[in-house]
Amino acid sequence: MSVHLILFLAFGAICVAGAVNLLAQTHPINSALSLIAVMAALAGEYLLLGAEFVAAVQVIVYAGAIMVLFVFTIMLLNAGVEERTKGSRVAVLFGIPGMLLGSILVGWVVLRHSGTEAVAAGALPGDPKVIGQLLFHEFLLPFEITSVLILIAIMGAVVLASKPPTAPARKVD
Amino acid sequence: MVPLSYYLVLSGFLFACGVAGFLIKRNIITIFMSIELMLNGVNLSFVAFAAHWHVLAGQVFVFFVMVVAAAEAAVGLAIIIAVFRTRETLNVDQVNLLKL
Repeated sequence: MSVHLILFLAFGAICVAGAVNLLAQTHPINSALSLIAVMAALAGEYLLLGAEFVAAVQVIVYAGAIMVLFVFTIMLLNAGVEERTKGSRVAVLFGIPGMLLGSILVGWVVLRHSGTEAVAAGALPGDPKVIGQLLFHEFLLPFEITSVLILIAIMGAVVLASKPPTAPARKVD
Repeated sequence: MVPLSYYLVLSGFLFACGVAGFLIKRNIITIFMSIELMLNGVNLSFVAFAAHWHVLAGQVFVFFVMVVAAAEAAVGLAIIIAVFRTRETLNVDQVNLLKL
């Protein structure tokens, strides 16, 4: 058993434990923290695959910015323990076996029918220089379009989250 | 050396957990976090395939997925705040009317 495989299994175990814990916890802040653990472990997996820049961005953007936004919203709305309803009990009854069945099916098919060639560590240079060249030459148009998308998202967030006026503004004539 | 299929199984499991959380959870914020979990599972398979086929474009696509996830998180959390302001609840079972 190589070091590579041991590291993969260790990070994978953290991922699986975090994902299961996200489902098991009832308080949203606990779910958010386990999701951060999943994302940090995934950054380790990206490092094993040689995608160094993706790993760094995963930690900074996903585990940093996006999850801070989530935690901030949970604090802002003072979200408490979620209550169980009849609908959620039915969902548990059918959702958990369905999820297990789906995972086992996908795992079986992938393990059985895909080639089992190993992915070498650092086989592909994922450093920022190469990524940047690709991003600003081949993928320039999608890159520019995402900037428009972000602009729209900013405006949408500002409009949606801003307080509605308590009374309609009267015209002064 | 880790076989590609191991990465795909882990990615599929994360995606399945995300789907299950989306269906099981009743808190709208946790449902939203399940969507992020699904996106992370997809990102892992993107990077694994990029390393397997030696095509760097797979890693660039991960950035686009991240951008979309960030935009989605900003707008979605703003919607959650707006819903909470009018309904005073985060339970999706109690958010069942279109009108106020």
